[in-house]
Order: sequence, then C-alpha cells, then structure tokens
Amino acid sequence: MNSRTEPPYDTSPAPWLDRIDAYPTQHICGFQVRPGRLFPFGATEVPSGINFSIYSNHATSVVLVLFRRGEAEPMAELPFPASFRIGSVFAMTVFGLELEEVEYGYRVAGPFQPGQGHRFEPARILLDPYAKMLSGGQTWGKLRSPGAVRGLVAYEDFDWEDDGPLQLPYEDLVIYELHVRGFTRHESSGVRAAGTFAGLTEKIPYLRQLGINCVELMPVFEFNELDNVYTDPVSGLPLWNYWGYSPVSFFAPKAAYAATGRQGMQIEEFKNMVKQLHQAGIEVILDVVFNHTAEGNEKGPVISFRGIDNKTFYMMAPDGSYLNFSGTGNTLNCNHPVVRGFVLDCLRHWAGEFHVDGFRFDLASILGRAPDGTPLSNPPLLETLAHDPVLRNCKLIAEAWDAAGIYQVGSFPSYHRWSEWNGRYRDAIRRFIKGDDGTAAEMATRLAGSADLYERRGAAASVNFITAHDGFTLRDLISYNEKHNEANGEQNQDGDNSNNSWNCGHEGETDDPEIQALRGRQARNALLLLLTSRGIPMLQAGDEAGRTQHGNNNGYCHDEPSWFDWSLVQSNESLVRFTRLAIAFRRAHPVLCHVPQAEPPDAAGAPPGLSWHGQRAWVADWSPQNHLLAAMFYAAGPVPDCVFIAANADWRDQALELPAAPGGLAWQLFADTGLEPPAEICEPGAERPLAVPGQLNVKARSTVILTGRAVSPATHRDEES
Amino acid sequence: MELNKSTQGNVAVISVSGRLDSRSAPAAQVYLEEALDEYHLVVLDLGQMLSLSSAGLRVLLLTYRQADRTGTSVTLAGVRPDTREVLTATGFSNFFAMVDTVEDGVKALAE
Repeated sequence: MNSRTEPPYDTSPAPWLDRIDAYPTQHICGFQVRPGRLFPFGATEVPSGINFSIYSNHATSVVLVLFRRGEAEPMAELPFPASFRIGSVFAMTVFGLELEEVEYGYRVAGPFQPGQGHRFEPARILLDPYAKMLSGGQTWGKLRSPGAVRGLVAYEDFDWEDDGPLQLPYEDLVIYELHVRGFTRHESSGVRAAGTFAGLTEKIPYLRQLGINCVELMPVFEFNELDNVYTDPVSGLPLWNYWGYSPVSFFAPKAAYAATGRQGMQIEEFKNMVKQLHQAGIEVILDVVFNHTAEGNEKGPVISFRGIDNKTFYMMAPDGSYLNFSGTGNTLNCNHPVVRGFVLDCLRHWAGEFHVDGFRFDLASILGRAPDGTPLSNPPLLETLAHDPVLRNCKLIAEAWDAAGIYQVGSFPSYHRWSEWNGRYRDAIRRFIKGDDGTAAEMATRLAGSADLYERRGAAASVNFITAHDGFTLRDLISYNEKHNEANGEQNQDGDNSNNSWNCGHEGETDDPEIQALRGRQARNALLLLLTSRGIPMLQAGDEAGRTQHGNNNGYCHDEPSWFDWSLVQSNESLVRFTRLAIAFRRAHPVLCHVPQAEPPDAAGAPPGLSWHGQRAWVADWSPQNHLLAAMFYAAGPVPDCVFIAANADWRDQALELPAAPGGLAWQLFADTGLEPPAEICEPGAERPLAVPGQLNVKARSTVILTGRAVSPATHRDEES
Repeated sequence: MELNKSTQGNVAVISVSGRLDSRSAPAAQVYLEEALDEYHLVVLDLGQMLSLSSAGLRVLLLTYRQADRTGTSVTLAGVRPDTREVLTATGFSNFFAMVDTVEDGVKALAE
C-alpha cells in the first residue's frame, strides 16, 4: 500500500477497553485470584497478574506453590478450587504477582499405586513441564538438587525486527555440530562470554569464514550436568553429564549456558543468538531429546512428569515398571495422545518463539513406538510433526535408531519430510578411507546420495557425516584403533566398539613425521569425500582444527577435556584452511548438491550427470580388492558444472586415464591430498592446469578433485599439442 | 530507583539510579515516555544504575522504539561493565550508541 494513502479508518491511539476477566473473583491464601484461562499451558503474564495452567489426566487435585525468588520455603500454597478445573486442566489467574519476583511449582495429588503406574506424591513440589525458564541452575556445576528446581515466569516478547527462519534448501546446507559450552569455554576462545549463547554469537565471524551455514546445537534444554553416577577412576571425583542428553525441562533454555542466566535473561540471550546467526546466513538446528527425561526409572529423582501423571508420560510395562528403550531408565510415552500434544507444543514453542530452523531428534526411532513399545508403521507423532503448520518449514532430522534394537536408517517413517543421520554413510566412508576390502562400491553409493536408502526422498534425506559428538573426533579416528574410555569410570566398557578407525601405524599421538603426514592426508581424504558427497554434510566442531579427546569415543562425561582449544586453529591452520576451501568448493559447484534435472546423455554426446571411472576412463572396477573410486559429476547448462573425484584408498599410487572433460571444458586441479600443504588445495576459481593433460597420478591414500573449466583458445591449443 | 532530569543546552540528561526491575520499570517507562515527548536529544545516564532486569531491558527497548518513531536521539552514558555485558549478550547494545561519560554524550548529541 502507498504510505501516503490515508488509512480507511481512524488509527489514532484510543484507550484500550479493559478485559472483563482482568479482575479477581475470590481470595485464596490472601491472594486475589480468579478461574484461569486454560491456554496456553504453563505460566503466562496476563494483565495485572500471572495465569497458571497445568493438566493431569489422573490427578485428583492440584496446589499451586509460590515462592519468593531464591527462597527455599514457599510463600504460599494455593489449592485449585473445583470450579477452576475443566476436564483435567487446572487453571488459575493470580493477581498482583511481580513476574520477576516469583518462582513456582505444583503439588499434585492422586493415587500412589506403582503397580498400576501411578506415582503421585503430593508431599513433593514438582516442576511445571511447561515452565519457560528454570531457577536453580544459573551457574554450571552448581545446580540445586533436581527436586528443588522451580519454574520462572518469562517475558515472551522479543524484538525480532524482520528476522525469520532462513529456509535454506536442504541440499545447500553444511551443518556444524557443536556444544554450546564446549565451543567457547576454553580460555583460548577469546570471547567475553565464554561457554555461553553469547559466546557462540561472538564466534559468528569464525563460522562465516569457515563457510558453514547451519549450526546444530547439542542439547540446550535445561538438564542436570551433575547427573552422573560414575567417578573419575584417577581423581575419584564425580563425572559430568556434560552433553546434556537428559532433559529436566523441554521448554526452558539452559540458564548455565547464558552469560545472563543469573539475571534471568537466558531467553533474550538465546533469541539474540538466533537473530545474529540468521543475519549471518546461518541456520540453527536444535538437537532435541524426546525419548526420555532426567527422571530415570523408579530409583531416579522425582522432578516433574513422574509426580504429575506418570502413567501418561512414561511407557509402562503391565506391572507398572518403566520400559527402557532409551538406555537411561525411562521412555517418554511419545505416541500417547496427550504426550503427542506436549511434544508438539514444545516444538512449536521453539520454532515459533525462538525462530529455530529445525530439529535433530535423538534416538528418534523411539518416537515411532506405541505406548507398549511396539514399533508402529504409521506413528501418529511423526506424522503430526511432518504436517504441522508451525513446523512446516522446519528441518526434521532423525537419529533413526534407538537403544533397544531398532535401526531405521533408510526406512524411518518420513512422510517425505524427515531426513536422517545416515549412519551407513559414516560407516562406509570410514571403512573406505581406512582401506578395507570391498568398500569402494558402497562408498560410491554413499557419495552419490545413498539412493539405495533414499531413492524416493532424494539425497536431501541423507545427513552425511564422518564423525559426530558420539564417537571419535576426526583426529582420533585416524590416531586410534581402539577406544580409550578408561577415564569414564566404566573400565572402558562404555562407548561403541565398532569404530572403523585406523591409527596409521601408532596408537595415539606420535612425533613420527611419516605417520603425521599420513594422518594429515587421511583427515583431508575424509573431509574432501564428505564435502563432495550428495546429501547434507555435517561436520563436528573442532574437527577442522584437529580436536582430540585422546581416544575417548564417549566424551559425554568430561567437561574441560571436551572444550574446543582454539589454539588449534593456529597450530592446525592448514587443516582449517583445507576445510574452509573444501566447503567453498562445494558451494561453488551446485552439481555436488543438486541432482541435475536431465540425467541421460543428450544428443551432443554429453556424459550422464554422474559417471564412474577407474584406472581407465569409463571403466569402473567394483571388485572387492579395488580401493580406487573415481566419479564425474556433470550438469549441462549455460555454465556447465563438472567435477571429477578420484579417491585412492590403496597403499599404492595409481595412474588414471581421465575421461575427456565435457562441454568444451578442460580439467584443472582443485585439490590433491597427496601434495604437501599448502599446495594440496587452492581457492575455488584458482585451479591450475594438470601437469599431464588426460592423465592423473593419484598417490597412495590420496584424493584428487578436478573441475572442468572453460579455457581460452590459446590454453586449449597448448593442452592439445 | 530514582530518576532525575536536567538540561544542557537542548540536550536532556536523564539519570537512572538504583535498580531498574519489574517493580520500578512501569514508573520509569512513563517518565521516559514523557521526557522523550518533550526532548529530542536525550542522554540516559546509567552510571548510578545498580542493576537491570528483563523488565528494565524492556524499558530501554521501548524507549529506543519511541525515539526511533519520533526521530529522537538517545545515547547511553556511563554504562557499568556488568550492565554493558547484559546489553551485549542480549543484543540490546545494537540499538543504542554508548559513550563513557555524560559530557561525551551531550557533546556528541549537540554536534
């Protein structure tokens, strides 16, 4: 509309008419109250007061417990009168409360009949599952006892200006998985707000320079970092629950991850981080844990769900014991209609209120189980999330397995919406690079987008990775044959035994220059294959700089040893540069991300969109003893795009005859991991002609990337002569 | 919390002392709204502001929005380090010019 056009009605401010429900109707315990509004669930600021709403299908009565901020003993306990209840929702508006001065919880009464699945204990004060902020965990490592965590009422306004989710195409993503605390907590990070959301915001220039366009944050919901029964076998000190895959709350960002957590501004700080990342063109995906809670089994702490409606929120065996598909003691009853609603409310909150761009679901196969644990072919929760209007443009990524035997990589119920962590990609690339027999053919399939798994959904369904938080770092993958988890306090029994790793000739750190050089090549081979594979590449933060956990492949329980030491960015500058250039190359060559529309050869004899080669052009060797993989990606068009990849995982050099570069292009060398840095890679666009046109010598355990570039007639003649 | 206003030429200097939190925020908001109606060059002296809560942040942001609408310039002066950290971590610092002293603020606005 033209701004000079007169509005069709008088828009000058007029006094608001007060709501007729903005007044108390009665007193309880000296507080002015009235029957509350059922929606939204949780505690919400309303005119002149706070509205509290909580549901429980099996509770007989509920008491709202109010605290002055920071005090251990309640200032008041307000029972919900019967008339404040509709269905099984209890709602009350309390007037005159100062939003920033109260904490709250609930006492919930009902049967205590564990055999029937009911565990009501009105003596306990419980956390509201819908609490938007929590008190008691503002400082890392100093959580109040889990049963004494209270809800805080949050301002839910934020000045987003024109921010919104970025909606980058799946195919264009380069994901960077990081731990909010570990990313900047190390003193070498150089940020003001170390180990926090604000610290991550300060590192945006680094992320931009690296070239990634999506960060995947390991759990940021409130969790108890002290929740670990094991101790360090050397020091005897308790170990941590550092990763945080054990939610205390599903709505509240972790206060200890906020520089302003002590001021109760973790929500503002988180939102500002998202806003600033978006301004830098970087999406935010949250790693979310909906398969279990921090309450564990019947021996675990009573925090929230167990005392609010145990039988609804958890999967129970017929004898009332907890079904454990998560390996942690309990399993959230995800496909119970009430819990489905809860999960949906939560995700809508993060997508709508926090503008996050997507979610990665930990042990997502559990979300496809029925209340009795049976895997469902058409799980209502997964279908709901796939079609929800608020989540319509959110990336949904499944860790498509669980801790009780379901492995659904390639078969996760996707509704054409869900992508998956492609565990088979990880296994294939590791085995190929280490030189296992019989792996070239599968590596070819994975490089091409894993059509065996995702033919219908396309390569965007495949999140490709070499390493993730769970397992070795990249540096450790090429430095250790075996896991070294002794410090985890379980006699090295924890963590995966199937790592497909190779130490290159010595277990652990070494000053042997040959082994160091080989490891340098192996790291580059892995990164280069990952970043030229179709699908969505995901890097683990720190891998670009050679971060090590000294062979520990299950670092969930270590705080300081897990931090990203930023001095590595200087000392391993050449690997950081290599990663940056390989990402830039991917982004400069859409043929690596997008399957061209027309694959078949055209009349002019152009090659197919993807072709396989070997020591001889057009002749691929799929025999088990072959360790050479050569592929040509080609997309015709006004500017033809062509990339040739030759990965030699053999211990011998291999000479290749090159196919002619199509479309009048000539091959130029982008990367050769067999060369000494910095000659092993170049800026995209600065590729150089081959030493011998038409031929390629790929050194032992090396990968070469060529690109077809238009050449001037003079250069062309030179190459022909 | 206490609010005081003085003028230096055509610049209003408003000092906020004490705690800007949910108790004091509504009064501060009314005070600042009226001051911004009257003056178009404003230095907010936060040198004596002991703490700032979420409600306080909102007062500052509403002040910024009002200033933006009416073409008023607002500069924050003497922001204490802990407050500055909060403003930076939450992104609110992006909305304001910040100077060390009231004199710097008056000088910058008067130019």
